Amino acid sequence: MSTTGQPKVRFERVTKDFERRGEALRVLDPIDLVVEAGEFVCLLGPSGCGKSTLLNIAGGFEAPSSGRVVIDGEAVQGPSPQRVFVFQEYGIFPWASVWDNVGLGLRALAKDLQYERIQATIDLVGLTGFEKSYPMELSGGMKQRVGVARALAVSPDVIYMDEPFGALDSLTRLTMRAELIRIWQTRKPTILFVTHDVDESIQLADRVVVFSPRPGRIAGIVEVDLPHPRDLGSSRYGEIKNQLYELLGVRHSV
Amino acid sequence: MNLALLLGLAAVLSLLPAGKLPISVQRWLLPLAVALLGVAIWHGACALTQTTIFPTPLESFAAIFELARSSRLWNDVVASLFRVTWGFGLAALVGIPLGLWIGWRTRSFLAFNPLVQGFRPISPIAWIPIAILWFGIGDISAIFLIFLASIFPIVVGTTAAVQNIPQVYVRSASNFGLTGFELFRRVVLPAAMPQIITSLRIALGVAWLVIVAAEMVGMQSGLGYLVSDARNMGKRYDLVVAAMILIGLIGIVLDVLVRQLQNFDEVRWGFAKR
Repeated sequence: MSTTGQPKVRFERVTKDFERRGEALRVLDPIDLVVEAGEFVCLLGPSGCGKSTLLNIAGGFEAPSSGRVVIDGEAVQGPSPQRVFVFQEYGIFPWASVWDNVGLGLRALAKDLQYERIQATIDLVGLTGFEKSYPMELSGGMKQRVGVARALAVSPDVIYMDEPFGALDSLTRLTMRAELIRIWQTRKPTILFVTHDVDESIQLADRVVVFSPRPGRIAGIVEVDLPHPRDLGSSRYGEIKNQLYELLGVRHSV
Repeated sequence: MNLALLLGLAAVLSLLPAGKLPISVQRWLLPLAVALLGVAIWHGACALTQTTIFPTPLESFAAIFELARSSRLWNDVVASLFRVTWGFGLAALVGIPLGLWIGWRTRSFLAFNPLVQGFRPISPIAWIPIAILWFGIGDISAIFLIFLASIFPIVVGTTAAVQNIPQVYVRSASNFGLTGFELFRRVVLPAAMPQIITSLRIALGVAWLVIVAAEMVGMQSGLGYLVSDARNMGKRYDLVVAAMILIGLIGIVLDVLVRQLQNFDEVRWGFAKR
């Protein structure tokens, strides 16, 4: 396995209630989970199971109703450039060029350092030559590369991804997954990746955390013990897939 | 009467094959043909009623040339544009920051929005006596009225622009540690800019729209003054209509000019067809 064994992100009895028409609506039952440094963890579950809410809490955008998220021994109080979010769509700024989007988190650096970092990150995600382009001139896949580059540029410890490839076509999605794994292996950040796509989670994750429908609870955790690049036709892949479908409570045949 | 029929026929004939022409040609041909049809109806109505007061299209266009030759036209156009530029410019200068502030701060919205909505429906014409009382007869009164007419679309549009900024941009900004003025300059302003430009476009239209009313404060120049002057001095309705046509044409030019703002790289995303 590719992890270091060091705990990085720790969810401690995290719950979330939303208020709807004066009534408390439970979205997340107490969640306990430890993610290790450098680990790639997928949060898998049906829509509305609270997995995105959990990610927003970890990112510091929402406060938990009870419990807390601890990163490197400190409770999360709010968003921080050490832990960067990649949103599903429209997260990058359409009014700024690719260059300026990627440089967003590097404003405090000296000019020449900034320049070096931005160019290196743009090269890493394969956007060389598009530095001056604006997001509206790019394809969906390229836009999401900008989002990933903007996150990577600040060398964060943790990257949160909320269905980042959900809006892409299936072929682009496959390419982006392979690219993400390549980048992850280069930089080794801890990644928490929310998805409702079973295949996506098996292709990416070291561990898949399966959520039950609302109120969200961890139904089970499956380790994906397949080396990268993963053979999507292997029998082990099929076994894991069956295991995940079982935990999700869905039949694997139509 | 024959002229009307001829014009109408020309308009209809030019419309018949229009569907086969490229869209770039249709963009010009269709409005011109419709305008021509309108002129034909106008001419026909004049001929049918045998009016001696209301001008025919020909008399109105002749009046435009008469104005142009007398150099009065140029003076009036410049005088009106001068007042609209100042009134609209000041409205943008005050209205954009005010709208940004009201849109960004919930409490300033609660405090000021009802006031804005209460002043907004008051016609600039109702302000004429107060304008004269405060600023006397002269350019400043006219500029004040244009300012009043155009500031509300700008404030309301800018407020809405800020309030409609998608949460994901604000979250991205706070994730990368943007706060205070930097958050404002790098995210709030650029995210709101397309809608601000649209509100400026509407406001400039309104500013030009009220030029006739604004020049009722005893001005002795301008296209608006020309309208009331031509009527008072011997019922020159041909000059009235000529001034109206000119106001309309200059309005089109102003709109085309302000629309150029949409072509900057930083705001083009807000106007793209999806």
